Amino acid sequence: GWMNKHLNLVPALVVVFYELDWDEPQWKEKQSECATRVEIVRQSLQGRNTKVAVVLIQKKTPLPPGEDVIASERAAALCNACDLSGKSLFVLPHTDHLVGYIIRLENAFYEHAQTYYYTEIRRVKSHKEFLNKTTHQLLFVRHQFKIAFFSELKQDTQNALKNYRTAYNLVHELRAHETNMLEIKTMAGFINYKICRLCFQHNTPLDAIAQFRKHIDLCKKKIGSAELAFEHAAWMSKQFQAFGDLFDEAIKLGLTAIQTQNPGFYYQQAAYYAQERKQLASMLCNHDSSVIYPNPDPLETQTGVLDFYGQRPWRQGILSFDLSDPEKEKMGILSLQLKEKNVLHSELIITLLSNAVAQFKKYKCPRMKSHLMVQMGEEYYYAKDYAKALKLLDYVMCEYRSEGWCTLLTSILTTALKCSYLMAQLKDYITYSLELLGRASTLKEDQKSRIEKNLIKVLMNESPDPEPDCDTAAVKASQKLWADRVSLAGSNVFTIEVQDFIPFVQCKAKFLAPSFHVDVPVQFDVYLRADCPHPIRFSKLCISFNNQDYNQYCVVEEAYQKSDILEQSSQGTMCLVPGKTRKFTFKFVAKTEDVGKKIEITSVDLILGSESGRCVILNWRGGGGDAASSQEALQAARSFRRRPKLPDNEVHWDSLTIQASTMIISRVPNISVQLRHEPPALTNEMYCLIVTVQSHEDTVAKDVKLTAGLKPGQDANLTQKTQVTLHGTDACDESFPALLPDIPVGDLQPGEKLEKPIYIRCGTVGARMFLVYVSYLIDTIVEGKEILCKCHRDETVTIETVFPFDVAVKFVSTKLEHLDRVFADIPFLLMTDILSASPWPLTIVTTQLQLSPSMTPVDQLESYVENVVLQTGESASECFCLRCPPVTNASGVATGCYIISWKRSSPVESVPVVSTVITLPHVIVESIPLHVNADLPSFGRVRESLPVRYHLQNKTDLVQDVEVSVEPSDAFMFSGLKQFLGTTISAE
Amino acid sequence: MADTGRAGQTLENYPLYIRSVPTENELKFHYTVHTSLDVVDEKISAMGKALVDQRELYLGLLYPTEDYKVYGYVTNSKVKFVMVVDSSNTALRDNEIRSMFRKLHNSYTDIMCNPFYNPGDRIHSRAFDNMVNSMMMQVC
Repeated sequence: GWMNKHLNLVPALVVVFYELDWDEPQWKEKQSECATRVEIVRQSLQGRNTKVAVVLIQKKTPLPPGEDVIASERAAALCNACDLSGKSLFVLPHTDHLVGYIIRLENAFYEHAQTYYYTEIRRVKSHKEFLNKTTHQLLFVRHQFKIAFFSELKQDTQNALKNYRTAYNLVHELRAHETNMLEIKTMAGFINYKICRLCFQHNTPLDAIAQFRKHIDLCKKKIGSAELAFEHAAWMSKQFQAFGDLFDEAIKLGLTAIQTQNPGFYYQQAAYYAQERKQLASMLCNHDSSVIYPNPDPLETQTGVLDFYGQRPWRQGILSFDLSDPEKEKMGILSLQLKEKNVLHSELIITLLSNAVAQFKKYKCPRMKSHLMVQMGEEYYYAKDYAKALKLLDYVMCEYRSEGWCTLLTSILTTALKCSYLMAQLKDYITYSLELLGRASTLKEDQKSRIEKNLIKVLMNESPDPEPDCDTAAVKASQKLWADRVSLAGSNVFTIEVQDFIPFVQCKAKFLAPSFHVDVPVQFDVYLRADCPHPIRFSKLCISFNNQDYNQYCVVEEAYQKSDILEQSSQGTMCLVPGKTRKFTFKFVAKTEDVGKKIEITSVDLILGSESGRCVILNWRGGGGDAASSQEALQAARSFRRRPKLPDNEVHWDSLTIQASTMIISRVPNISVQLRHEPPALTNEMYCLIVTVQSHEDTVAKDVKLTAGLKPGQDANLTQKTQVTLHGTDACDESFPALLPDIPVGDLQPGEKLEKPIYIRCGTVGARMFLVYVSYLIDTIVEGKEILCKCHRDETVTIETVFPFDVAVKFVSTKLEHLDRVFADIPFLLMTDILSASPWPLTIVTTQLQLSPSMTPVDQLESYVENVVLQTGESASECFCLRCPPVTNASGVATGCYIISWKRSSPVESVPVVSTVITLPHVIVESIPLHVNADLPSFGRVRESLPVRYHLQNKTDLVQDVEVSVEPSDAFMFSGLKQFLGTTISAE
Repeated sequence: MADTGRAGQTLENYPLYIRSVPTENELKFHYTVHTSLDVVDEKISAMGKALVDQRELYLGLLYPTEDYKVYGYVTNSKVKFVMVVDSSNTALRDNEIRSMFRKLHNSYTDIMCNPFYNPGDRIHSRAFDNMVNSMMMQVC
């Protein structure tokens, strides 16, 4: 009533706009017209305290106040005429600064409005003063609330909050009784809303939350009339929802919420109360359909509106707690109950839940979100919107599954199963049944048994029994749907991928070995195990491979003969007994094209049911395993538990590991490859490696091919420094390859032996790996099938390469003294020393000295070590007498090179000779001015004269003065010139 | 009367042990414990790795609901303990809760010391059951 009045009907200020300039010629007329208008406004306000103001819209810019005499005069006159104070007259010049003037006007109006509300507050306060606590308790609340409300209108939020708080406390001081409980709660809720809103506005969210908590704690127990308990729940729900809305709004305006304190919790709680309301309503409002709505409607009032919020329409304005008219009261309650019956509770709950979901999503609560979605799903289920329910439940199911919360998963699955039953959704029904029968389900045995029976019925194309606790009407409808499904032919094959859930059949496929030779049949086992309470039959088990050609060999079908399945069970082959592991062994011959390839099980299909009824294909991707099996495998691997011994033909399920792929490798070769050689290899020699291949096969080995040479994958430099050839007689050069591939050798008869020499030239020292690879084709028979197998054997050998010899070179004088430099034109000796480092004897075929142009030989350069055989550690030396003409180059002169032609000393003549070139060192040549040459006899006798002649040779172009003195040693007596001065002339 | 649900969980967040008194409405407590893991996860990640050794294992009140209080505790090996108590039970203050968690932790450590217990398996231990029972008796 009055709030709307003050909000929308009673103005605080009425402004009359009037076009009038100060220098208006017809001032008098205009003034009176304006005054009339103001009067009209006043009259229509009917004595309310509403302020009136006049704004004159003028075309001219006003002069500064006080200067315009006419203006002030006329203003006063106008005020008088209109009965206004000077403060309520304004001028709005219609000029350039319009916006500025408007803002000023706005502030002025605001002030007036505030004054108005201030007087209103004063008025209410003065009323309050006459009140007394005992008799006017209700009015106290009313007035306090009014004050707060006007303060709010005055935009004085602090005072408004203060007054609301007082009002709130006053509400709770009221004496509560069943009859006025609704009114009290309505008021409390209203004031609480106002307080919380203002708290959020003041950016004190904690105050808001505290107030709300207090409010809830105070009101939680105030249920009121037991027959209308749903009203209380509805009210509680509304409180939480309203607070959630306020909180959310505050967040939109910049407030930050946290994970544990966000609007989601309030929406969630609101949803809980809505659920409670629904329960209460279903309990209290279960009237027969024969109960008709009372007439006249007790909820109708004469005016169509209530005088006071929260009062019963049939009991308005009655303050007494006694029920004056119990009959009327009864009718009222009945009508409310009947009205409640029409409320769509589920819709309300779902809306609140989805609000909460949106909030929790924002505040990183994925599990809370899932939980609420489960509740939404359940609510949809109650609301009979099964499709939506199923969609939601299906969405969250995987989260509970992956986190391993089996109890929760089972409960969700149970609801989902009901939904799928009621909609007669075959595939979903089957899927949920499969999982509810599985090991992740915590259902009791009898429940599982019931579900399994239903599943078997479905597989036989019959209708299943209804799920328990379903709405009877819905069950009727669904039974019809199921009947339709049964009569409907076709589309009765369902493929269900199992890796996303935990079905009651587990599967593990395992190749017996990680690799199989192509001439041996590939074998693998498929283990199946059922967790359901009763044995279940299946009609077919088939396995698919990455090479689909094998699929046909790996099928177990009902129609198959017993001999096709290796292991028999007493229950028959096509039956899975709960708790027992069944093993199926398969065997097939791999194709020769698949040698070197991987054979992988891409899927295992287990077909339940039959083509005639319904067919369910359980499809395991890879070698089996479902959503839970990897975790289980991990646990099993960690476990130290001893497993009890089982009979031989049974296995522990946990100890089985999936092996979904195997390699097909070539047949084991039945030939021998031997290598004969004399290591180490010597640098640059044609090293002979004799390959002996002997066949031990029973049949002819066809198309034998030999690949020999440096093993690929070693250092790239080795490839360049290694050459391989079949012909050892002639030396090969760099252009020869390092690996000779596929040398055809022809066929090998059983027992035949074949020898092939291979020559290798290694240019550098070091170890090398050589590969000899022999391949051939052979026919074999596997499992009655003739196949052509490619076999190969390879041998690798590491050969060390060493230098055959070390060559040392030195320069000595003609007197065999060591020289570190030689003198121009003076003969000197070059000595070479070949030290054999080879473990095998070497023959030096010949040596040759190739001099550089700057050197000249003194005599014939012929080899002295021709055909010398060197054993290990022996050395061969020779020397050459050389002379070097004078040169200007100070750093050294190239001497030339030394070529040694050698070979391994071997009885075989054909070993080629290797020439090793050794570059001789540079030598420093020095020119000397004077060469002294002593001519000494080779021996002397005691007490006989020893004639010594010294030759002095001037090596320059210049004449030189020389002074010669001879210093005898103590062992000699001296005769002849001891000292002389002389001149030597130039040699030329 | 207090409803107490407790669960120990491993890193993978599946329940190792869960128990509630009274047993009616058990599902609801399972959900409550499950949803409380959101907050536990958030608290663990907020603590960061730096202070793994010195950090407080007791996480305190995880979040208040209308009717229950949910407390959390995380061991250094990230095994989570969650306790749900009736919010009307004012006898249980922070200290009591803390010591209850410590008791649980000790008992859990005893289980782990059992060479026949396989870490990650559901807990089936009479000693643990008795300890939990006695603790619940005390509270109720």
